[in-house]
Amino acid sequence: MLHFSRWKIISILVTLVIGVLLALPNVLPKQTVESLPSWLPHKQMRLGLDLQGGAHLLLAMDTDQLRKDWLQSLRDDARKTLVSDAKIASSVQIQGNRIVVRVSKPEEVDKAQRELRKIQSSVGNPIAGTSGSDVDITRAPDGTIVITPTSAGFIQRQSNAAGAAIHTIEKRINSLGTAESSVVRQGTDRILVQFPGLRDTRQLKEILGKTARLSFHEVHPSMTPEEARQGRPPIGWRIYPSEEPGAPPYLLREAPVVSGEELSNAQPGFDQQTGLPVINFSFNQQGARKFGRFTQSHVQQPFAIVLDDKVISAPVIQSPILGGSGQISGRFTVEGANNLAVQLRSGALPVKLTIAEERTVGPSLGADSIAAGRLAALIGTAGVIAFMVFAYGLFGVFAIAAVFFNLVLIVGIMSLIGSTLTLPGIAGLVLTVGMAVDANVLIYERIREELRNGKTPISGIDSGFKTALGTIIDSNLTTLIAGLVMFWLGSGPIRGFAVTLSIGILTTVFTAFTVTRLLVSEWVRRQKTRHIPAPL
Amino acid sequence: MLFKGVDFWPHGTTYPIMSFRRICIGISWVLAVLSVIMLFTKGLNFGVDFKGGSLFEVQSTTGHMDISALRERLSKLGIGEVQIQGVAQPTDALVRVERRGADDKAQQETVKKVEDALKPDIIIRRTEVVGAAVSDELKRAGMLAVASAIFGILLYIWFRFEWQFGIAAILALLHDTLIVLGAFSLLNMEFGLSEVAAVLTLAGYSINDTVVVFDRIRENLRKYKRLDLTELMDRSINDTLSRTVLTATTTFIAVLALYIFGTQVIRGFAFAMLFGIVIGTWSSIFVASPFLLWIGVKRDWSSTAATGAPTKADAGKA
Repeated sequence: MLHFSRWKIISILVTLVIGVLLALPNVLPKQTVESLPSWLPHKQMRLGLDLQGGAHLLLAMDTDQLRKDWLQSLRDDARKTLVSDAKIASSVQIQGNRIVVRVSKPEEVDKAQRELRKIQSSVGNPIAGTSGSDVDITRAPDGTIVITPTSAGFIQRQSNAAGAAIHTIEKRINSLGTAESSVVRQGTDRILVQFPGLRDTRQLKEILGKTARLSFHEVHPSMTPEEARQGRPPIGWRIYPSEEPGAPPYLLREAPVVSGEELSNAQPGFDQQTGLPVINFSFNQQGARKFGRFTQSHVQQPFAIVLDDKVISAPVIQSPILGGSGQISGRFTVEGANNLAVQLRSGALPVKLTIAEERTVGPSLGADSIAAGRLAALIGTAGVIAFMVFAYGLFGVFAIAAVFFNLVLIVGIMSLIGSTLTLPGIAGLVLTVGMAVDANVLIYERIREELRNGKTPISGIDSGFKTALGTIIDSNLTTLIAGLVMFWLGSGPIRGFAVTLSIGILTTVFTAFTVTRLLVSEWVRRQKTRHIPAPL
Repeated sequence: MLFKGVDFWPHGTTYPIMSFRRICIGISWVLAVLSVIMLFTKGLNFGVDFKGGSLFEVQSTTGHMDISALRERLSKLGIGEVQIQGVAQPTDALVRVERRGADDKAQQETVKKVEDALKPDIIIRRTEVVGAAVSDELKRAGMLAVASAIFGILLYIWFRFEWQFGIAAILALLHDTLIVLGAFSLLNMEFGLSEVAAVLTLAGYSINDTVVVFDRIRENLRKYKRLDLTELMDRSINDTLSRTVLTATTTFIAVLALYIFGTQVIRGFAFAMLFGIVIGTWSSIFVASPFLLWIGVKRDWSSTAATGAPTKADAGKA
C-alpha cells in the first residue's frame, strides 16, 4: 500500500492541481479572476438565494378556473360549429364537468355528432402510443350528445397554460430590470420564480398577482342591470360588477369589441386635466380598426373597460376614436398604474396564479449568513486541526493536508458543475471537515493497533491502510445513501446540503487514500535509517 | 525527530461493555419509550415548512427590539395567533403567524398586514410563507425521505453483511432517530426542513459508527472461531473504541462551531447534529452490539471461505 508508481503520483498531483485551479476563482478578488488567462477556469460556485438574498416564489395555477375556462370555450366552439356553421338547431349547455348537446330534430343527431368532431383535437404522443383526443364525444341513451374532456386533454391544456404563463411572467419580471431571475415549471401545476437580489418583493408579487385580462365591451343601450337580473339577461349579454366597491354593475355584451391581445403598448401617465394617474394605450392595426369602427357607430354611448371581469371605467364616447390610442382612467394610484401598464404590456396570464410558497431573504441577512458561515467554518476547521495535531502529531498534519485538499476538491467540483452553495451547504462543508478526518482516524488507529501487535512500522502502516479501506468505504457509502436520498427528495437549500455532503464523501475517500497515503509513503521514503521509528 | 502526538485514549482496553448491556439497553428503552410518548402526546413543534403559515425574521433599526411592544403592535392586526420569539441578537426577533384555512390568498393578505405594521422602524430580513398544499407535500416528502434513507441503508448493510447485522444496525439507527426527535419534542424546538436534513445526516453518521464496530465484529468472528460471542463483541468494541471517540470528538468540534457561530437557520440543524452525535456514539458502543447478540449471528464462517472470494475479504476488512 505504500508504493506508488510514477504515473499514479503524477495523476494524483494533476488531480489536485486541477482541483486548486477550479477552486481558486472562489477565493480570489474579482479583478484578479477577470485578469486570469482565459485557459484557466473562471467559474465560481453560485450562491443560493439564502446567501445572496432574493425571492423564491412558488406559484400555483388555479386549475379549477382553467377547467372552467376550457369548458366554456368548448361550449362556445360547439355552439358555433352546430348553430352558426352547420345550422343545426340545438342547445349546448355545461352540466358539471361535461357539455350536453340537445339537438332539436332527431334526424340531425348523427350529423351533429359528425360536425362536433371538428372541435376535437388529438393529444399525446402517437409514437409513445399515448395518443387520444382531448375530448370524448358520446351519445347518451336519451339521445343527447355528451362532450367530456379527457384527462390527457386537460394535462395538455395545463401544460400549454403553464408555458404561456411562464412566458408572460418572464416578460413582466424583465420589466423590473433585474437579470438572472429564473422562471421554471415545477410539477404539473406550479411555476417557480427565483429572483436574486431583490429588495422589495411586494412589487414582484403585485405584478404577478393579476391575470390582467383587459377588454373593451359594449354597454347595453337600453336595459339596466336590474332589469336584466330580474328577468334573464339577453343571450350574449352578461352582468359585470364594478371594480369600485358599492358601485352599480353593468350589463355588457359578453364578446368584447377589442381585447388586451390587440394592445401594442401601454404606458403609465397622468391625466392632463385632473392630474390623476392614468394608462395611455395604443392598439395594433387590427385593434385600432375594430375600435374605430365601434366608436364611430356608438357616439354618445358609454363603453366599458373591463379588467379581470370587473369594470374599471365606463366612459361615454364623445367622438369616434380612429387613431387607435386612448387613455384608461380608473381609481389608480401611481404605483398601481405603473404595475398595470407592465401587466398590460406583457399580456394576460392564461390562468390565475396564487402564491403557494414564498421565501425571501434580504441581502443584509444573506451577507450575515455568509460571514457567520465563514466564521463557523474557520473556527470549526481550526478546532479539528488542533485536535488532529494533538492526537497524531506529524501524521495529524498529513491528515490536515488531506482535509485541506478535500475542501479544495469539493469547492472545485461544485464550481465545475455549477452547483449552488446554500447556507445548509456551508453547514455540509463544515460537517465534512469533521467527518472527513474519520477516514484518517480509522487508518491511524489501525496502524497503532498493528504496531502494538508487534508489526514493524512499515508493515504496520501498510496493513493499516489496507485493512481500513473496506471499513472506510462501507461507512461512507451509508452516509452517501442518506445524501442521495436528500438530493432526490429535497428542495432548494436541502438539495444544496445534499450536494456538498455527497461530493464531500467522495472526495473524502479519495483524499484519504491518495493525499494521506502519498504523504506517509513520502515520509517513509525519506527516513535515512533502516530503523524507522514508530510514527504513532 | 518525529513529532508523535498524544495517544490520549487508552489502548488495549478490555472494558466489559457487554456485561452492562442490560443496564444500557434498559436506559435506551426508557429513553426511546419516553420519546415515543412525547411524540404522541406533545408531538413535534413543526415549523412553517410542515405546518404552513408565515415566519418573519425582523430587525429593529433603532437598537434593541422591544418584544412586548412588537407583540402589541401585531396583536391588533386581527391575523390570528402571533408568536414572537427573541433570538441571540438583541436587535432581532422571530415572528410566526399561524396559517388559518387553506387559502393562499388570505395568507398573502396577512403578510401585507404584517409588513405594513412593522414600518418604518422594523425591517424584515427574511420571510417564509408556506401554503397548505405545499406544507402537506413537504411533510410527506420529509417522511418519505427519512423512510427511504433508512430503507436504503438497511439494503446496503444487508448486502454487505449478514441480515442479522442489518437488523441490529437499523434498530440502533431507529433508536437514535427516535431519541433525537424526542429531544426536539421535549425542548419544544422547531422542526423544519433543515432539521430533517440533520436527521438524515445523523442517520448516515450513526450507521457509519455502527458499521465500523460491526466490521470489526465480523473480522473477529473469522479470526476467533471459538471465542464466546459476548467476549468477542467486547473485544471488537474495545478495539474500535479509540476511533469511535476520536471521530465523535472531531465531528462534535466542527458542529459545535456551527451551533455557536451559525445563524438562526443553522442552529436547529446543529443542535440536532450535536445531540445526535452523542446518541449515535452511545448507541454504537452500548446498544448496537447487544441488539446483534440478541438477534444472534452466524458463527460458522468457513462456508464463505469455501466459496472462493473470502481470503481477500478476510484481509480487507478493518
